[in-house]
Amino acid sequence: MSDVVEKTLTALPSLLSLDSQPGSTKLSSTSKLGTLIRGITELTSKHEEEKLIQHELTSIKEQVSSPNTSMRQMKELMVRAIYCEMLGYEASFSYIHAIKLAQQGTALEKRVGYLAVSLFLNESHELLLLLVNTVLKDLQSTNLIEVCMALTVVSQMFPKDMIPAILPLVEEKLNHPKEIIRRKAVLALYKFYLIAPNQVQHIHNKFRKALCDKDPGVMTASLHIYLQMIQENPEGYKDLTPSFVTILKQVVGGKLPMDFNYHSVPAPWLQIQLLRILSLLGKNDQSTSEIMYEVLDESLRRAEMNHNITYAILYECVKCIYTIHPKSELLEKAAKCIGNFVLSPKINLKYLGLKALTYVVQQDPKLALQHQMTIIECLDHPDLIIKRETLELLFRITNAQNVTVIVEKIMLLYYLYLVCSCFLVFFPMNHYTYAPDNEWFIETMNTVFSVGGDMMQPDIPNSFLKLLSEGFDSVEEDRKLRLFAVDSYVSLLQGEPGKLPQRFLQVISWVLGEYSYLRKELEAARVLRLLAKLLDMKNTSSETKSWVLMAMTKLCEGRTGLSVAQEVSETYSSSLDTVLRQRAQELQHLSQDWELQARVLPRDAGHEPLEVDSSLSFLDGFVSEALAAGAAPYKPQHQRQEELAQAKALSLEPYGLSLPISMSSCSIADRQSPTLLSISSGLSGDSTELSHKGGSTSLKLDGVKRVWGREGYLAQREPVEESAHVEVPSPLRSPNHQGEADSQTPTPTPTPDPEQEKQQLASSLFVGLSSQSSVCLMGKSEPTPQRFRRKTKGPGSSSAVGEQISNSLVSTPSTVDNLLCNNLLESNITSELDVSSLEQTSQLAHGLTTANGNCDVELTDSDIKGSSPSLNGDNEVVAADPGSHEDPDGPKDLCLSSHLPAELSGLSHSEITPLCSKQSLDLSACHVHKDDFLVLVVFIYNSSDSDIQQILLELDSDELEVSCVCDNRVQEARSHSVAVCQYFLTVKRPSVHFKVVGIVSYQFPVGTPQSVQFSYKLPLTSFIRPLTLTTEEYGTMWLDFSHDTKQNLTLISDGQEPLAATLNMLEKKLQLHVVEVIGMEGIVACQLLQDQPCLMHCRLHAGTLAVWLRSPVPDLPDCLMYHCQRALQEH
Amino acid sequence: MIKAILIFNNHGKPRLSKFYEHYNEDTEQQIIRETFHLVSKRDENVCNFLEGGMLIGGSDYKLIYRHYATLYFVFCVDSSESELGILDLIQVFVETLDKCFENVCELDLIFHVDKVHNILAEMVMGGMVLETNMNEIITQVDAQNKMEKSEVTSVLA
Repeated sequence: MSDVVEKTLTALPSLLSLDSQPGSTKLSSTSKLGTLIRGITELTSKHEEEKLIQHELTSIKEQVSSPNTSMRQMKELMVRAIYCEMLGYEASFSYIHAIKLAQQGTALEKRVGYLAVSLFLNESHELLLLLVNTVLKDLQSTNLIEVCMALTVVSQMFPKDMIPAILPLVEEKLNHPKEIIRRKAVLALYKFYLIAPNQVQHIHNKFRKALCDKDPGVMTASLHIYLQMIQENPEGYKDLTPSFVTILKQVVGGKLPMDFNYHSVPAPWLQIQLLRILSLLGKNDQSTSEIMYEVLDESLRRAEMNHNITYAILYECVKCIYTIHPKSELLEKAAKCIGNFVLSPKINLKYLGLKALTYVVQQDPKLALQHQMTIIECLDHPDLIIKRETLELLFRITNAQNVTVIVEKIMLLYYLYLVCSCFLVFFPMNHYTYAPDNEWFIETMNTVFSVGGDMMQPDIPNSFLKLLSEGFDSVEEDRKLRLFAVDSYVSLLQGEPGKLPQRFLQVISWVLGEYSYLRKELEAARVLRLLAKLLDMKNTSSETKSWVLMAMTKLCEGRTGLSVAQEVSETYSSSLDTVLRQRAQELQHLSQDWELQARVLPRDAGHEPLEVDSSLSFLDGFVSEALAAGAAPYKPQHQRQEELAQAKALSLEPYGLSLPISMSSCSIADRQSPTLLSISSGLSGDSTELSHKGGSTSLKLDGVKRVWGREGYLAQREPVEESAHVEVPSPLRSPNHQGEADSQTPTPTPTPDPEQEKQQLASSLFVGLSSQSSVCLMGKSEPTPQRFRRKTKGPGSSSAVGEQISNSLVSTPSTVDNLLCNNLLESNITSELDVSSLEQTSQLAHGLTTANGNCDVELTDSDIKGSSPSLNGDNEVVAADPGSHEDPDGPKDLCLSSHLPAELSGLSHSEITPLCSKQSLDLSACHVHKDDFLVLVVFIYNSSDSDIQQILLELDSDELEVSCVCDNRVQEARSHSVAVCQYFLTVKRPSVHFKVVGIVSYQFPVGTPQSVQFSYKLPLTSFIRPLTLTTEEYGTMWLDFSHDTKQNLTLISDGQEPLAATLNMLEKKLQLHVVEVIGMEGIVACQLLQDQPCLMHCRLHAGTLAVWLRSPVPDLPDCLMYHCQRALQEH
Repeated sequence: MIKAILIFNNHGKPRLSKFYEHYNEDTEQQIIRETFHLVSKRDENVCNFLEGGMLIGGSDYKLIYRHYATLYFVFCVDSSESELGILDLIQVFVETLDKCFENVCELDLIFHVDKVHNILAEMVMGGMVLETNMNEIITQVDAQNKMEKSEVTSVLA
């Protein structure tokens, strides 16, 4: 068959040219389309295009209506008309001719006619009736192609009422010998089913026949129908389950002809369709689900090839498994699948993975827990769609314990979403039920209002006000909430109210007007003055002004208040805005008549139901009086506008507009429910104007306490730092160490460690998801009153202390040390520190390392500690007073370093950094420098009381070659002991940083297998070794190397000769070897591990250091340049 | 169900638009513009799915697109379609075009809009996926072309 295809394909071009040969008219008209298109592409403005197309359309119009135009020419004209329509220019005159072409043309012309009809018309177009006869005729044609065309057009659009006319003919086609006709007939019937289900009810058994059709294509087509029908009524088709399962089994088993394979996957689209049907059938139905377990398992197993389409099948499979009655075995596999999706570097798969997670997370929150780090990473993903999906996922896992963190995190990202204005769908008010306390709630809402501003959906301020006014179960709580709101708003107004969005100002005015009496010591006059200030601001919209005036009306009392009110009402009683005028009048009158005010605006009655006389019957008397006095009868707005339109006289627009506003004013007049208020604000029609004025969309956090800092969630950090101060015993600060701490380069602003920040975030986001509270950091139970405020004191000193501890504790392993630390750990565990507090203290360790600036991202070689024998004095201190030393990090570090394999213990190694911890498993790692490779040592510490079986550690890296020291493969970790794994790392290709990702899977004696992921980053500098050579050797090598880079770097000038100082510093920090310094120039050499040299040439030039790097290895010069730059900057 | 199939170039000029649901002319143009606006803003290394188009569909619908050289191929589908499935369907469509036009380029789509529509009609019918096998699609298109040929020759004779 492929031969045939080949032949016809090769014949195609000649065919096309043949097509244009006969008749000069044909030729010229083809080129007409060409000229048109060429003309259009040359145009520069939309206006010119419009002119050209209009001209074209006129010429087409002339030709189509001319009786001399042949069908052949007509066909060509239609193509031109299609082109014009596609560009958005209406060619309605050609519609009738398209129908005519479909009616009268030969098969070829008919095809264009049908095409034009299906592009131009729609189901309800009246001209379509003219087509019915043509379709009828073509359905009965003996020419297969004409039948096909008719079926295609029928499935695209067909008038609903005319279906009975052609239904028998289409039904008949279900028995047609040609499978393509049967297939199209099935789809046409499906279309009928969609637009008029009752008309095809009688042929349901014919669908069944189609399902059993010997041609898989027809069967596939029928699945569209079944998917739809089962969606509507799953109960009715349960009996078909075994059939669908059998079909899927056959497909998966490769029983279909090879033709159906796509990239050697058997009929993938068919599989997807079947899986969807199965998931619908198996939902909430155990017995039906049981039928399909086997085939689902099979599908999962078979879909292993690494092609896009197999992932599509896998995804459907996973969704199906999670939809039907659960089976643990399958769930496990599906969970693994989801893991693969989420972790995939392919962004499409990641997206689907997140979608799948969102789908399953309610059934299996632990799954989200497993992937928490990935989810955190996705929150910062550059792709908005991924971010959105992640947010959706986070919302599904919101609970009382993590609501603070989730909402804060979302708010940080929030302003991005204002752009697409779809975000606040995510912020349902019912999250209040999770809010930890009043202050938090009010502050969160403040941020929402200030950031969301005027783009926010109006129902958010509404429901917020409703919440405030209706209150909750406890009167006292309500009072506190309102009081807090009042306080917070007064302080906001005292700040810079001009920066607040209009909506927020409206909320503030309402709350102040309503509740400021709650704060006894707050004088009404003061509030009045604050409010009056709002009125004077330039950018306050008139809508906001009317809210403010209303608040003032509620507030004015006392002499000073009165004077302010009088002043304001005088200004606005002559305002052009009718609403404002109305408000000003109200203010004026009510401020003078207190009795009336108390009656009209009773205090704290916001939640009392109001009776509204919407027919305004109380005005009847007034109206009849006015009518009697000769006033014109009232006309509704639409009537007036009609009249206006008819008159087409002067535009009376302003009056037309002012009407709804003044109508809305009636509803704001008294203290009514806020919902009503904002309905009116929506009505008033200047909300669009508002959003223009609303100011910038950047985060405005004035007056809002910062909960999130660059370091992550500040709340946790504060106690951490505090405890660091308290708990570090002073005896440790021996003069000896003081000196050491001083000599250490000071880090004025501690750089946060992104990885740990993420982990911290993760533990707070995912808290409460697992039954074990191991990740519980944000437990609601521990009240920390000042947790929103961060203390700025002494990160420097605490970091110094941290350094001290870890420095003093790195020592050569000895049995004494071993014993020592074991004891310490023991005592830690036995001293009834529960798991969560352990976690907390290990967070302390994180905090310390963070403050140190020794992020694992930026592990510079200064961190590498020579394994010099440690100071015994210190160890004694620790030994002597283990109780006072509550920081487990030190002992752990010490203890871990003692676990370093003997052959590595003599070599320099990096600081041991924690990788991750889950339940009772803590992973830490360090790297040991060897000449020709790096050894990555992973410590697995099991803090539980039971042994962990079958620990399997898998590491991988894009840029590094990771090889396991195979006799070192860990099988189990006994309780409270450390297992060590070693990996050799060599460089595949240079990079600024190398990332090793790993997954550790393990299993407790009882319980399901678990896995944790982690990543370990190390800088290029860890792989750099000095290269000793002579100047001559340097010279010859320099010429051989092809990859180079040049850059000017800053010099160090601290008294000495700048070039020497800079080179010395680089030599020290980056392990380079200075070959020679000649005057203003210096040559330096180093190598990447043992065999990849890199040469550096430096020259002093205009106060900077011109550096030229050369190497035979691509990318190496660039990466090294980066580190040189960094090293100099850090200095 | 597939709601619409749009092809436009890097400058947003429509090269093919096929709607399987009725919208009026203006809305169609707006949809094309909006879609182009959404799609063209995206980097190369982000996912091929887009949600949140306002005009077409709303929340249930998503855009699945691929970018080839100068052309964007966008399918607007509802939740009953598999995202990755459609992504591969676009690939099949483009490969088919490539076979039919021998190294398809933007000009082919401009000058042979009707042929492109015919090919598409063999793949997607009334918004439903009809055929996903490239060879089968080409066979059908060829059968029609043969008829064309016989007609032409009869005219010539």
